[in-house]
Parts: sequence; C-alpha cells; structure tokens
Amino acid sequence: MDTDEPVIKPPKRRYLISRKVDRVFLNLYDVYTFVLRFFKEVFFPPYEFKEIIKQFYEVGLRSLPLISLTGFIIGIVFTNQSRPSLTEFGATSWLPALISIAIVRALGPLVTAIIAAGRVGSSIGAEIGSMKVTEQIDAMEVSATNPYKFLVVSRVLATTLMIPILMMYTVFVALMGAYVNVHQHEQTSFATFMVDVFDAITFLDIFASVFKSFLFGFTIGMVGCYKGYNSSKGTEGVGKAANSSVVTAMVLIFIEELLTMQIINAIRSM
Amino acid sequence: MKKTNPNINKENKVISIRGLKKAFEDYKVLRGVDLDLYQGENLVVLGRSGTGKSVLIKIIAGLLKLDKGHVNVLGQEVNKLKPKELDELRLKIGFSFQNSALYDSMTVRENLEFPLLRHSRDLSQQEIDNLIETVLDAVGLAQTINQMPSELSGGQRKRIGIARTLILRPEIMLYDEPTAGLDPITSIEINNLINEVQKRFNTSSIIITHDLTCARDTGDRIVMLLDGQFQRQGTFEEVFNTNDERVKAFYDYNFIE
Repeated sequence: MDTDEPVIKPPKRRYLISRKVDRVFLNLYDVYTFVLRFFKEVFFPPYEFKEIIKQFYEVGLRSLPLISLTGFIIGIVFTNQSRPSLTEFGATSWLPALISIAIVRALGPLVTAIIAAGRVGSSIGAEIGSMKVTEQIDAMEVSATNPYKFLVVSRVLATTLMIPILMMYTVFVALMGAYVNVHQHEQTSFATFMVDVFDAITFLDIFASVFKSFLFGFTIGMVGCYKGYNSSKGTEGVGKAANSSVVTAMVLIFIEELLTMQIINAIRSM
Repeated sequence: MKKTNPNINKENKVISIRGLKKAFEDYKVLRGVDLDLYQGENLVVLGRSGTGKSVLIKIIAGLLKLDKGHVNVLGQEVNKLKPKELDELRLKIGFSFQNSALYDSMTVRENLEFPLLRHSRDLSQQEIDNLIETVLDAVGLAQTINQMPSELSGGQRKRIGIARTLILRPEIMLYDEPTAGLDPITSIEINNLINEVQKRFNTSSIIITHDLTCARDTGDRIVMLLDGQFQRQGTFEEVFNTNDERVKAFYDYNFIE
C-alpha cells in the first residue's frame, strides 16, 4: 500500500468573476446542455412508447377535470366583468368578439399553461427528484437504460404535445362558459354567438396560441425534469425541486407570453 | 463463519484496480486504492461510514468518474469506455443499492421486466415470465410478483433489488450495504442469499458493508478501507488479528460474538 505516495491535489478553485457569478453561468451552461440533450435524443430510437403514452395520460386526461372547471368559470367571470364597461357604450353586442379575442389570444394558453405548471410541473419535479434521491435514476443507469430518454424525453414530449390540445379544450370550455353568461343576459342564440366569436379571430391568432402552447408545454416539462434531475439529496431537495419547478416555469411562461405577444403584434401590423 | 468458496479462480481477475484516487472538492476520499477481485470470489470491503466504500463501487459501475488511476473490469478500462461500450459492460454487472432503488411507480413484475424489455428484446413473453419466476424463486419471493414496492418490507425490497440485478445474469455483483437498516434475522437471510447467489449464479461479488456479521458470513476475503486506502486484507481472522487500534476499535464497537 503506497501510503507515502503524495496524494493528488484537486485543482485550486479559481473564479472568473466571483463564486456566485461563476455559479450562475455554470448553471446556465448546465441548463443549456440539459436542453440540448433533449434534441439529441428525441429523434433517435429506442423510443419509450409505453412511458410516453403513460405521460400523455398523466398530463392530458388527468388534467381535464381541473381545466374544465377553471376554463368554464373563467369564461363566465370574464364575460360578467366585461359587460358593465360595454354596457356604458351600448356595445354589449361586441361581448362575444371581445371574449373570443381575449380567450383565444391570451387567456386560453396562459390559463392552461399555469394550471399545467402547477399540476404537472410540480409532479414531474417531485417524481424525478424523489427518483434521484432514492437512487432509482442510478439504478436505471447501471442497468444500461438511458434514464434521460426514459424520464425526460417522455415527459417533455408529453407536455409539449398535450398542452396545445389542452389549450384548445380550455378555449372551447371557456367560450361555453361565456356563452352561458351571454345567453342568460342578452338571449343571444348559440349560432349567433359562435359566428361573432369566429368573425373576431384570425388564423394568426389561432396559430400564435398553438405555437405559444407548444413553447409553454416544452418549458413546463423541461423545467420540471431539470429541477428533479438536479435536486439535492434528501426529502428537502424533493420539496424544493417541486416548488422550484412551478415557480421557474411560471416566470418563464410569463416572459415567453410577453415576447411572443410582441412578435405576433409586430407580424399583425405588417 | 463462511467456508471459502473452492471455485475461486485466482488466475482470472474480473476486477483490477490500481492507484485509484477520488476527491470531492478538497475532501480526498480514495487515496490510491489497489484491489483485485477474482472470479467466483466474494470480496468484502469494510470501513466506517464516509470512508468512500460506496464511491469505490460507483466508480467500478461507471456512475462516478475517477480522478486518477486504473479501474479494469472484465478486461476493460471503465474510464476509457464510450457510453455504448459502458452500457454493454454494465449488463455484466449487477448493482444492489443500499436502499434497493426499486422503481416505486412499478409493480415487482414491472421492476423485473424493466431491464429485460430493454436488453433482451428477442425474448417471448413466456420466456420473460420464466426468467422472472426463476429470479423470484431464487430470492424466495414468488408471491410478491404483483405487489408494489411500497407494500414490501425492507428485507423484501432488498431481495427484489437483488432479483432485478440477477435477471440479466451478471458476472459481477456489487452490493452496497446489503444489510443496512435490517433486523438481525433479516440480515442473516440476506447474507445467506448473497452466498446462494454466488453459488447458484457463479458470480464474483464486492460487498460493501460496515456490518461485521455480514463480512464474516459472506466474505471469502476481506479488505479494510482506512484513511482512503486498503490497510488490511485477508480472511476475517487475519484482518482482525492485529494491534492496529483503528481496526481493533472497529471490531470492538461493532461486533458482538
């Protein structure tokens, strides 16, 4: 046993700016490589079809009750709150158009994404975080299974593809809620309501909302997986991963909403 | 006391480690470890908590990167393997985790199927069922096949964890604290299972533990990790027949004959 052999010294820590600033950039690099890995792995087999379908079910079908309730109530409340202002100008007939623009362009995608961030993002963060701290991810790795592909690719695919579908459903349910309210107050028929709704929106509105929803879905899945995958040891780490998944995803969703709104408005004014 | 396995082939080293060093930040965990594991041998690595025992087997399985040295497993340098080559090597290594690491969203059957469905795609469902039955019989838990991990006791979880690694018929088994957190009776059952696995599946094993009963009952050879290096090795008596205070303290505090 070579007890007298000099032991290697770990490299001295040198910081480019300061420890904290360096760490921010290192974390950003970590995020970059984590996201990049998704695009490297998503297009190549083997595919975890069973897990992907399971995640579609978790993200999509299991979100339906909450989305239905929230969407319907938002439709009613938004219509109700908008009516007094329009009544002042004698323009209540514009209600369907106003509601349709608000719901299709902003409320539908945003509400769906926020609900998904809370329900799905936190559960992804907690699940993967708990797998990390109980060495289940290591167990996959030593059994020569790619845990990134099994856990991350399947979940990010599910959120990216399901959120746009959920968004369309939310828009439909919210419009139904709005119709109930409009019909109750203005006795508007369903056909007239729907004609007014579709007259007010353009293909660009629908395209922009679907595009945003893909972006939001990708963000929710990626943030949840990243936070879970990088959670620290212990149950506290799992809680932090779940919480941080929701907070980070929401902040990013609002920033993305702001940016896409600017871009779409610029396109619209061309 | 375990009888030394007569089938140990001292001509064939399945694991050979030379000058292995690993540090986390400024904390030097392994300070030049040399180790050989022979075919058919159960080698116990003893040491106090935090001395780098688990780090050692995680490096062997390619879960952690080494700082310096050579780790040769079944003729391949682990730190020089490409990801695909490492995966192929991992199929020959079974890793039993300290907390079993069963996939808690899956039943026992799904846990056992998990590696098979990914690495033995040409197997029919009947063949998969037969393999599952064989390994569950080997660990004596055939009745738990449809249970969730949360419904199992700590000892049962350990056994299923071992069954999951056995299903791919590994040549090497790495046990990380196999008896940690178990009552004495269950610990003895796990020790017997480790010996049974060695005989029945002809595996070579490294058993990481600080449980001297486990070391005595399962080890053909014991090495003791102290201050980041292996300080003593041999049979159980040879290791503890010493005036080294650190070794004696370990024996006195941990072992009740």
